[in-house]
Amino acid sequence: MNAMTSDATRNAVSVSGLRKTYGKKVVLDGVDLDIHEGEVFALLGPNGAGKTTIVRILSTLIPADGGTARVMGHDVRREAAAVRKVIGVTGQFSAVDNLLTGEENLLLIGRLLHLPATELRARTAQLLQLFDLVELTKRTPATYSGGEKRRLDIAMTLMGRPKLIFLDEPTTGLDPRSRQTMWQVIRDLAADGVTILLTTQYLEEADQLADRIALLDRGHVVAEGTPDDLKGRLPGAHIRLRFADAASLDEAARELRDGTRDDQDLVLRVPNDGGIRSLRDVLARLRDDVAVEDLSIHTPDLDDVFFALTGNTSKEQTT
Amino acid sequence: MNALTIAIQDSTTMLGRELKHTLRFPLLLVSTILVPVVMLMLFDYILGGPIGHGLGDAAHGASYVDFLVPGILLLTVAAGCGPAAINVHTDMAGGFIDRIRTMAVTRGALLAGHVGGSVVRTLGAAVVVTLVALVVGFRPKATLGDWFAVFGIVAAFSFALAWLSAALGLVAKTVAGANGSTLPIQFLLPFLSSTFVPAASMPAGVRWFSENQPFTPVVESLRALLTGAPVGSTTCLALAWCAAIALGGYLWAQAAFRRGVGERM
Repeated sequence: MNAMTSDATRNAVSVSGLRKTYGKKVVLDGVDLDIHEGEVFALLGPNGAGKTTIVRILSTLIPADGGTARVMGHDVRREAAAVRKVIGVTGQFSAVDNLLTGEENLLLIGRLLHLPATELRARTAQLLQLFDLVELTKRTPATYSGGEKRRLDIAMTLMGRPKLIFLDEPTTGLDPRSRQTMWQVIRDLAADGVTILLTTQYLEEADQLADRIALLDRGHVVAEGTPDDLKGRLPGAHIRLRFADAASLDEAARELRDGTRDDQDLVLRVPNDGGIRSLRDVLARLRDDVAVEDLSIHTPDLDDVFFALTGNTSKEQTT
Repeated sequence: MNALTIAIQDSTTMLGRELKHTLRFPLLLVSTILVPVVMLMLFDYILGGPIGHGLGDAAHGASYVDFLVPGILLLTVAAGCGPAAINVHTDMAGGFIDRIRTMAVTRGALLAGHVGGSVVRTLGAAVVVTLVALVVGFRPKATLGDWFAVFGIVAAFSFALAWLSAALGLVAKTVAGANGSTLPIQFLLPFLSSTFVPAASMPAGVRWFSENQPFTPVVESLRALLTGAPVGSTTCLALAWCAAIALGGYLWAQAAFRRGVGERM
């Protein structure tokens, strides 16, 4: 990062050399991150990559074993109280009080933030409205749907108008419609200038929402950049042809010189954008006596990003 | 606002939450009332005859029910330990605690709210239990001042046991474990004290234990106050026990709270 000192892109979060181990398991192995004020930053990675651990360290819930982490200029370890004043956190697991109604949950958080009585009422009413929770005001979260519960959770996080919000897998477990709603909530927050760090397992989600993405794998940041940067590093789309015998594979490989062969699985991967015309073109180049067992069109997804960026070339080999 | 004002405000907020929980989920309050009431009925109607006879001089001429009810009040305080431990444990297992910990909330406020809530619940239960006792024939000879003293001792003992229960709830691995670890306080210690029969009537070893454990001076103080007998130094001893248990429970709970929430994945 070269923009660290510029005022226009002050860092909301700067992390360097962050390490965390649980017993013998290394969860974070020297993570460096810089998140600029006002941007939406996505931590993308599979389960166990260390996303949640980063969020828990940055939100003062657990100490790191090594490295430094500063949030809005405050060290998360030594100035935890100052950090807590400026952040809002919505964790992976519901942090609503299940015995209180939606309204009481918000009021409780407002009281703990020491909001003046009038603002407490006004802000509660405003958030209930904003998150479409008005009808649920007097009901306890036990009767809410997953999406409703998550919305209440985020509303509680926003009660104190935090400058920086951590959203740990905000859409995991939500149905498609609730996911869309949540995306809109995040976009609106970003439009208001709130800095957002979100974690996700979904490439599409990071692509849709984030200004910048860090790809996390087994405690390392393996790639970082804008969504377009990362997509430029993806392996291209391809057709995967599987043959009945080695002779057919040999023959096809001669016809389709840009293919990559895998002799063990009798598979040939041919770069292709997946369109009908180019597909027909590939097939036309195969002779009739080439025995194709199976054909599949492969478009790049998160797995490909991982396999490409972690040096593991074929996911068939690992599954 | 200074730190103390904020601490009091946060604790009060948490107390309000705990009381609301009690009203939303009154089962635990009901059990706190039901256990002592059942014991009252059992000992007064079924076991009371022979025990009352055997009691002789120890009852100071009062009927067995008058001897029994101070013990039942003690049992009410002890019965509050289960819900206190369960509620603390449940809170720590949920996601809500993490939200609180990422906010600038006074560290001890959550536990203070639980302890305060437990004291309020116990005092409420004690009032109900006393009313039931009056209906079944309890005839106290306490003055208004004595009643205030009874209220104070019940509150102090409840406060002390609530901190201890909070610690037990924090170190428990499961909800059942949280409740289970308070059972000795709820039942064993009351029976091994002069709650139901005078310590003097017990076999030597048990008697020694009974005479030197905290429940006995507490119940003796309540009994003296409610039957109009001279109080003596036993109340000082009772309050000293309360202070010691409260302090020990508080320190244990604070340490367990820090440890318990420090390193969760």
